[in-house]
Amino acid sequence: MRTGLGGIPRWVAAIAAVGALFVLLPLAAMTTRVNWAEFLPLITSESSVAALLLSLRTSLAATALCVLLGVPMALVLARARFRGQRILRALVLLPMVLPPVVGGIALLYTFGRRGLIGQGLEVLGVSIAFSTTAVVLAQTFVALPFLVLSLEGALRTVGTRYEAVGATLGASPTTVLRRVTLPLVLPALLSGAVLSFARALGEFGATLTFAGSLQGTTRTLPLEIYLQRETSPDTAVALSLVLVVVAVVVVGFAHRAGAGAHLSAGLRS
Amino acid sequence: MKATTASAALILGLGLALTGCAGGAPAATGPSASAGSLEGSITVFAAASLKATFTELADDFEAANPGTIVELNFAGSSDLVTQITEGAPADVFASADTKNMAKVTEAALADGAPVDFATNTLEIAVPPGNPAGIESFADLARADAKVVVCAPAVPCGAATSTVETATGVDIAPVSEESSVTDVLGKVASGEADAGLVYVTDVIAAGDTVEGIAFDESGEAVNTYPIAALRDSASPAVARAFVAFVASAAGQRVLADAGFGAP
Repeated sequence: MRTGLGGIPRWVAAIAAVGALFVLLPLAAMTTRVNWAEFLPLITSESSVAALLLSLRTSLAATALCVLLGVPMALVLARARFRGQRILRALVLLPMVLPPVVGGIALLYTFGRRGLIGQGLEVLGVSIAFSTTAVVLAQTFVALPFLVLSLEGALRTVGTRYEAVGATLGASPTTVLRRVTLPLVLPALLSGAVLSFARALGEFGATLTFAGSLQGTTRTLPLEIYLQRETSPDTAVALSLVLVVVAVVVVGFAHRAGAGAHLSAGLRS
Repeated sequence: MKATTASAALILGLGLALTGCAGGAPAATGPSASAGSLEGSITVFAAASLKATFTELADDFEAANPGTIVELNFAGSSDLVTQITEGAPADVFASADTKNMAKVTEAALADGAPVDFATNTLEIAVPPGNPAGIESFADLARADAKVVVCAPAVPCGAATSTVETATGVDIAPVSEESSVTDVLGKVASGEADAGLVYVTDVIAAGDTVEGIAFDESGEAVNTYPIAALRDSASPAVARAFVAFVASAAGQRVLADAGFGAP
């Protein structure tokens, strides 16, 4: 591979370098505060491990929900034509720009004990608040737009040519979806899912507002970090580093999965 | 959101520090010890539970001392300590507990010894109408009651643990929150049947929750200390504000909000 600026002006590269530093420097600063001597005992303490496992479990569940709900949503937004589509699209992507705390409050008013749906669920004996389910719901709420956006962008880019050919050859819409459309956008689906997973892993505000914080049940890694700062800043920093490493691995994976696919739509916002 | 407020306050503080520098030459000879001629602006870092009282106290202080400006930054005490030890431009620190103030004095950042200016005790908060029929501290251990408390790592949670140990009542909470605000939110929305917060929080929450006082709360009395900080650009104003909070006028404002005398 030949290295070089690829024709962009030097000053653009210079500003880009400043931007990269802006992101990397705080991360580097954090590692300077890590108490390396105590690092392993800190991140393997009972509460740390419980928080990490809970985070991984709930984020995986949230990602599965995102794929289940997000793929049909992206298909409808990219292919169907109906009135109010643009408004619906904007609304569905709202959790992306909404402060997570607001998302948490909205979820509370929906699934809470006195919420729109929660009231009925409570009668049926189903209580969502303060449960691990609440964490998964909060994570799905904030992560779903990432999957929808990256997949919708990919669907638009690949176009409908192959799908039309499949249809003229007599394939049913479901067969076209299964054999033509989904294989075409598989890389984007993968990278979208990974992005959703990363977003779910970092979820904090909505979880705190909606699900509460109890070790092993609702206290995910970000909540544990927030709490540990109170008494043990060393633990908070150590766990933050764990979260950064997990995030880097996940984003790296997303890049590989998304190579060739059009991830840009998802990353631009 | 918390971080946003904090950084906004930081930027504000920085701006103030800069303007302080610009007008530094005349100001250096300006402030004298007499209360009438106090001049300068200070930034007060105060525990979140002091929001209402300190906003009022700052207004009163500015009214009594024209020429002074009091900027306020509210957050959890431990957050504030982190900001102060990391060099945030604060002139006064009011903590919700002695432990966090000790971190500041141990780092030799306080200007003189801290003054205890208020106390606070726990109270049970229940949603309006008390749907679960909570009557006493012992009721919080009921298996059918959804109780939310502060995590032991934060001051209100430490107080909760102390009362639990002293009374032998073992609460099995559905959630251990990081702040009083989060506990109140869960109670006010009816998600939880009861929560343990401070007396002052129940008063400040108005009609959104009902308070149930209990005798055992005396087992954990939380003391609030305040101190001027050594790196203050306006040490005279900072000291005067600390004295004002501890004065009879300051104490009246605090008592109205439900705080106990130190």
